[in-house]
Amino acid sequence: MTGRTRNFYLIPYAAWMLLFVAAPIALIVYYSLFDIEGKFSFTNYQKFLSPIYLKMTLYSFWYALLITLFSLLVAYPTAYALTRTKHKQLWLLLIVLPSWINLLLKTYAFLGLFGTYGLTNAILETLGLGTHQILFTDFSFIFVSVYIFIPFMILPIFNALEDMNSSLLDASRDLGASAWITFRRVIFPLTLGGVKAGCQAVFIPALSLFMITRLIAGNRVITLGTAIEQHFLVTQDWGMGSAIAVVLIIVMALVMIATGERKRGVKDA
Amino acid sequence: MKPLVRLFTVVFAAAFVLMYLVARLNSAQGLSDGHTLTIYNWGDYIDPELITEFENESGLKVIYQTFDSNEAMMTKIAQGGTTFDVAVPSEYAIAKMTQDNLLLPLDHSQLPNLNNIDPRYLNLDFDPDNRYSVPYFWGTVGIVYNSKLLGGRELTSWNDLWDPSLRNQILMVDGAREVIGLGLNSLGYSLNDTNETHLQEARHKLEDLMPNVKAIVGDEIKMLLANEEAAVGVVWSGDASEIMGENDNLDYVIPSEGSNLWFDNMVIPKTAQNVEGAHKFINFMLDPDHAARNAEYVGYATPNMKALELLPEEISGDERFYPAPELTNKLEIYRNLGKRMLAHYNELFLEVKMHRK
Repeated sequence: MTGRTRNFYLIPYAAWMLLFVAAPIALIVYYSLFDIEGKFSFTNYQKFLSPIYLKMTLYSFWYALLITLFSLLVAYPTAYALTRTKHKQLWLLLIVLPSWINLLLKTYAFLGLFGTYGLTNAILETLGLGTHQILFTDFSFIFVSVYIFIPFMILPIFNALEDMNSSLLDASRDLGASAWITFRRVIFPLTLGGVKAGCQAVFIPALSLFMITRLIAGNRVITLGTAIEQHFLVTQDWGMGSAIAVVLIIVMALVMIATGERKRGVKDA
Repeated sequence: MKPLVRLFTVVFAAAFVLMYLVARLNSAQGLSDGHTLTIYNWGDYIDPELITEFENESGLKVIYQTFDSNEAMMTKIAQGGTTFDVAVPSEYAIAKMTQDNLLLPLDHSQLPNLNNIDPRYLNLDFDPDNRYSVPYFWGTVGIVYNSKLLGGRELTSWNDLWDPSLRNQILMVDGAREVIGLGLNSLGYSLNDTNETHLQEARHKLEDLMPNVKAIVGDEIKMLLANEEAAVGVVWSGDASEIMGENDNLDYVIPSEGSNLWFDNMVIPKTAQNVEGAHKFINFMLDPDHAARNAEYVGYATPNMKALELLPEEISGDERFYPAPELTNKLEIYRNLGKRMLAHYNELFLEVKMHRK
């Protein structure tokens, strides 16, 4: 292949990157430098350092961390069990299936399930446990978010487990390692790449969740995503909304760099 | 390459044939220019019989389209490519649309029925001299409560919401103006107050309310209240009348400290193709008989005083939706506080939301 044809094939990619990645980011950075009256200034970033937004950032990180942690706790054993089943592609498909359904619909379904007169409370009542408030609590927020993000955690871990050379496990057992040590010293380190990819795929979108914060948490959980939504739709303060978005982009890049480098290290080893 | 070219030719040819057919069909139905009127309104916000009557009277064919938020409506009109002749935005949207030059001025000589509107609802802050808009319906912000869940108790004021017995029982609509406004009203201040001390006082007071607040939600509030998810809701009167029809235990009250008064208004957007027809329609809707029937069908409060006389006593005498003068005087319309103040209101609202129980 000559250099020219290769460059020719690069055109769609380059155009895509320019139009839908570089240009929007540049626009967001540009907008973030104008205050609400359209004057050039850094007030938006100054405002971000005020207690409200710092507190919001802290909350966002805390909830995103919890969501990632619980996703991992559910996803790893699930992915491991999947690789041991007979029709693993079918089971995997069933897990991925809900992600084909619109996010809003799934979230609305939980409004009904978790309501005071919903299915969950009806079951609790029959079991004699009494009616509880489930909707609009931290629990329901994290539960629904984990439910929505779980396929993104399972898939990379499943792939990593699949790629693992099973003779290494035999070797480990032959050399006298217990099941726990095999897992801790062989399986887990070898699938760390998948775990990191999964954590990135969950943590980063979880940082800027909105909608679920209103529908399931009743706005009792406020994240940076909620604030961006409000600035763009209600206050029309695009500058402040963009400034928050810029900070989020930087944070996400830092997360990628921090988790990415070690991943390369594992591969080399 | 050849099959691709053939495919495109076929698709284009088919598109042209379809376009021709649609044009033929439209002209056969009298849908071509000058004979239609496109109305852009909220869903289920007009008596359909009135549309038929207007069509018979004017000889125009009405195309009725609906929107579900002022923002969506403004975006569609601003983007162009639409031919809406009449639209029905809320008052704050009108202020914004006027600023953005999205509206055509009204010709009052073509609207003789404008005299039927109660002068109290004319020449308001958001549209001086009604240059661009005519009020269609009006309403308030108030409290919906479920007397069954509250054991027969009645609520009458904003300050009742702070009662410790209502712990975790209140749903609020997700609007900064509404929530900060009720905080200001409960302290006896105006809901257009911009005094920083008053605003901070309202914020602290609202933070004390948070243990009673179960959730701050959007449109779902109607479904949640009708399903008795919570006993109390802070809502617009329009939503209140809708859910009161679904659940008999619900009642609505305009808090005694005062509250917000809102308007939906008929306007002619700059996209209008049939400006004369649009005036005809607006004038038709302002006719006392038509306005009264429309009010009976929709269930909102009419600003048309002649129509009000025609309404049965059980509607016009319902103080929940047509409050007595002493209370009406305490109702305020949202003034456009400017972008900066609105942003500040939103920040205060964010702080209130973030306050942990």
